Amino acid sequence: MYLPDFEYFSPDSVEEACQLLSKYGSKAKAIAGGTDVLVKMKSDLLAPEVLIGLGQLSPLKKIEYVPGKGVVIGSGVTHNEVRDSKVIQEKYMSVSQAAHHMANNQVRNRGTIGGNISNAVPSADMPPILISLGATATIVGTKGERTLPLEDVFAGPNVTVLEQDEIITEFVIPDGNFTGSTYMKFGLRASGALAVVGVAAAVQVEDGVIKDARIVLGAVSPTPVRAKKAESFLKDKQASEELFAEAGVIASGECKPISDIRASAEYRKDMVRVFTKRALDAAVNKGHV
Amino acid sequence: MANYVVDRDGIKRYLVTITVNGNKYTKMIKANSLLANFLREDLDLTGTKKACEQGDCGACTVLLNGKPVNSCMVLTVCVDGQEVQTVEGLESNGKLDILQEKFIEHSAPQCGFCAPGILMSAKGLLADNPHPTEKEVREAIAGNLCRCTGYVHYVEAILDAADSK
Repeated sequence: MYLPDFEYFSPDSVEEACQLLSKYGSKAKAIAGGTDVLVKMKSDLLAPEVLIGLGQLSPLKKIEYVPGKGVVIGSGVTHNEVRDSKVIQEKYMSVSQAAHHMANNQVRNRGTIGGNISNAVPSADMPPILISLGATATIVGTKGERTLPLEDVFAGPNVTVLEQDEIITEFVIPDGNFTGSTYMKFGLRASGALAVVGVAAAVQVEDGVIKDARIVLGAVSPTPVRAKKAESFLKDKQASEELFAEAGVIASGECKPISDIRASAEYRKDMVRVFTKRALDAAVNKGHV
Repeated sequence: MANYVVDRDGIKRYLVTITVNGNKYTKMIKANSLLANFLREDLDLTGTKKACEQGDCGACTVLLNGKPVNSCMVLTVCVDGQEVQTVEGLESNGKLDILQEKFIEHSAPQCGFCAPGILMSAKGLLADNPHPTEKEVREAIAGNLCRCTGYVHYVEAILDAADSK
């Protein structure tokens, strides 16, 4: 298969990338690893006249812990780099593990976190765990920089709140008091399958009592969503299997899944119940984030 | 950024230098050149296969700077100055790679279409992890589809190659 002709730019800085995106407007598309953009171009879902390459921008490649700020993950980091990062494994093993759930090895070596999130596919594997840990996205455009909670970046299936001239530069997981977190994915095969349901849970447990809980559901609404009723139900209650099961029932009422080739809406709702229960159990009992 | 000239149709042609299997190639390419097409058509390295065009089948797997990637989803212009290894680069001085020898010994390839991709995924795995578990082997080749469904022999051959090192 061949791609139609387009012009390619590889800017030397984030500022230059934003200026190019602004200059070419809706004719332009930013590209990082290419595992989404090029496939969409092959199937005529996208037909940009100009591609702005972000892959060579080294400021987007960092993974570091900044005391007082948190773990900073550059948007140009690949899924396998997230998975293998010592910084992330030490601070948030659950994030490293979630990155391993995405697609297959070849795609993980190329596809970036920023690209995955900017594409805003409802079944994406990274948003639920990052949102559950309170991550923010730093967005840079020609008019300057802004920071949003990651959950507010998504506007609908394949749509974000990013302006035409904006790109995400980094994600920050702020220092928190969570004692455990996990992401559980249910797909139709172990590799290369989109999530039918993905549930992330982050909890703060003290002496067996849940002080704080965050539950984020993927693939069951137009965007990743928090199960806020289930979260407040859990607050200040003694952790137990029965409690997790009840929270699962509440969470399954908080999603709006569709029926598609992978599963029916009814089935997805029921799997939210099951996977919320399991994710809470794992987050509470494994004893690390 | 790669240097370019504008051809008479007004299309930019970029000058790229890419090391493939240890040899440096300098070529003029268009921005829309995909690495898989570049290897097959510009360099005549047709060992790299193409099938699904969307990152599911792994037939086009090559090593880019040592890591397995789907070459049908990589722009050649982005690979300027970098290193690629294809299935043709596995043998050295007329001697097959241990993985190739074990693939033959175990009769792993049937129709053979997926074999170049699986070889490159396995090569990438053993470079990082010389003694993988069976699960790790299965995960490493999970992005490679075999239409003959001959996975068991592939897994055995890769484990055998790792043991023989």
